[in-house]
Amino acid sequence: MTGDVAIEVEGLRMRYGTNDVLHDLSFQVGRGEVLALLGPNGAGKTSTIEILEGFRMRSAGRVDVLGVDPAHGGEDWRARIGVVLQSWRDHAKWRVRELLDFQGSLYEPYSTAGIRRPWEVDELLAAVGLTEHADTSVKMLSGGQRRRLDVAIGLVGRPELVFLDEPTTGLDPKARRDFHALVRRLRDELDITVLITTHDLDEADKLADRIVILTGGRIVANGTADDLSRQIVGRDRVSWAQQGERSVRHVDDSTAFARELFARHGDEISELEVRRASLEDTYLELVRNAEAPMAEPAEASR
Amino acid sequence: MSAAMTAVRSGARRGVIELRQAFTGMELVGQLLWPVATLVAVFFLRDLPIGDTGYGLGMIILPGALGMFVALGLLLVVQQLAADREDGTLLRAKATPGGIRAYLVGKIVQISATILAYLAILLVPGVFLVDGLDLADPVSWVTFAWVLVLGLVATQTIGAMLGSLISTPRGAGYLSLPVLGLIAISGIFAPITGLPEWLQVVAQLVPIYWLGLGMRAAFLPDEAVVVEIGESWRLLETAAVLGAWSIAGLILAPIVLRRMARRESGSRVAERRERALQRVG
Repeated sequence: MTGDVAIEVEGLRMRYGTNDVLHDLSFQVGRGEVLALLGPNGAGKTSTIEILEGFRMRSAGRVDVLGVDPAHGGEDWRARIGVVLQSWRDHAKWRVRELLDFQGSLYEPYSTAGIRRPWEVDELLAAVGLTEHADTSVKMLSGGQRRRLDVAIGLVGRPELVFLDEPTTGLDPKARRDFHALVRRLRDELDITVLITTHDLDEADKLADRIVILTGGRIVANGTADDLSRQIVGRDRVSWAQQGERSVRHVDDSTAFARELFARHGDEISELEVRRASLEDTYLELVRNAEAPMAEPAEASR
Repeated sequence: MSAAMTAVRSGARRGVIELRQAFTGMELVGQLLWPVATLVAVFFLRDLPIGDTGYGLGMIILPGALGMFVALGLLLVVQQLAADREDGTLLRAKATPGGIRAYLVGKIVQISATILAYLAILLVPGVFLVDGLDLADPVSWVTFAWVLVLGLVATQTIGAMLGSLISTPRGAGYLSLPVLGLIAISGIFAPITGLPEWLQVVAQLVPIYWLGLGMRAAFLPDEAVVVEIGESWRLLETAAVLGAWSIAGLILAPIVLRRMARRESGSRVAERRERALQRVG
């Protein structure tokens, strides 16, 4: 089992004071899989990823990352993991190559027969598209370039597992698209496990093999994007006009509803329009429900 | 090579890179400011007599100022630790195997070298400004060397502890006020024997006084000892006090640092970033 599983989480709980942030999370990430932890802000994504990175202590549950409990992970465990941090302005005065050289040098003692560490810097610079900026100082990089440098730093030790926490927050659309292309290329070319957190469904859909949706510290869905749209039955939106007056209704079975509508009102119905629930509608509905658990179900679905 | 050795070697390289950054471009102006200001003070005070000892104040200040700049290593450590925590440098170190060790080695190398540069900036022109310093005697340099080493260890380990406890650059800024106060009563710019007795006691609890005294013991002619407490250079006491601070620092600093580093995480850096942006905006 441990051979094909990179991350295993069972009954994970996190509590700050009297406030429960994570309720009994259980999920797995297979080796070589890209998993997105998707959820709105405050859902507990960052707490979860920081526990897995070994930066935060959990309150209860079992966590296993590359066969080690991150709470007790030593430096040799650390060497097998890449963490892509949300950067701000650290190492601003360093040149790009200088910083990668330095970071990489720390991985040298952790080379194994199978994995030569660190990644050769010129090769890595080419892989993330920063070759021409090798001698630029970090503070002169654009937001997108800086983020690619963050990825390079996360990868320089040739990790078996990479954590990306909200990697595209604050990027403009083009930088975002470039970044997505980079992650997809890494996924295809390297045999690497990736855990990414995001609040953006589109991003999760584009990058991940599998999506775990987290809201209010609970997992509400877990599967591929297709699974999710099938599993969680979204409500279809049906709109029509009856004698000039427009109505909208969200229903589970739009076909049956339309049949009923015509049976009852016949020719009075015009301009019928049925829109299937998209994955996005489903996600938004899940999030809305989780955020307002007290609201009437009928209200919530409107 | 073992992982620990690699971390030390990479850390030393890190220190050299940071040192180069600290002494290039506009940074250089900031680095030169205080040593040059001190030299200006030495120049104008060089002929001001101290009582009827026959010595000029400048001659007394110059070696004492060497001690003061060693003590300033404390502030450098505190400021850089606070900045490196806020901008995520330390978290980056934590996410890398051996990264924290390399980071600390780099800090020690860079700050020690920065201080040596300050001392050279002071001493090289300084010997042309004041007469009577005892520079030819090898014993002077032996005393200088051990006072320097103990001083660097004592002040940087204390700095590392304070830096771990103070979480923001702003807090680090406030710390320079009490340090300036301690410098004022440290006997570096005026003989300590002119101060009320209780202030003399306070001053003698802190390494700054002893660093100044040790440097004066190294470079002043023996007869100048008349301006000191008990008319003695008190080398043994100097070694004992600086040694005690060093040992305490070497034991406690790693514990405090480790505790601080353990608490670093992406969300803590993000929190501080939010706060800092609010300050700016």
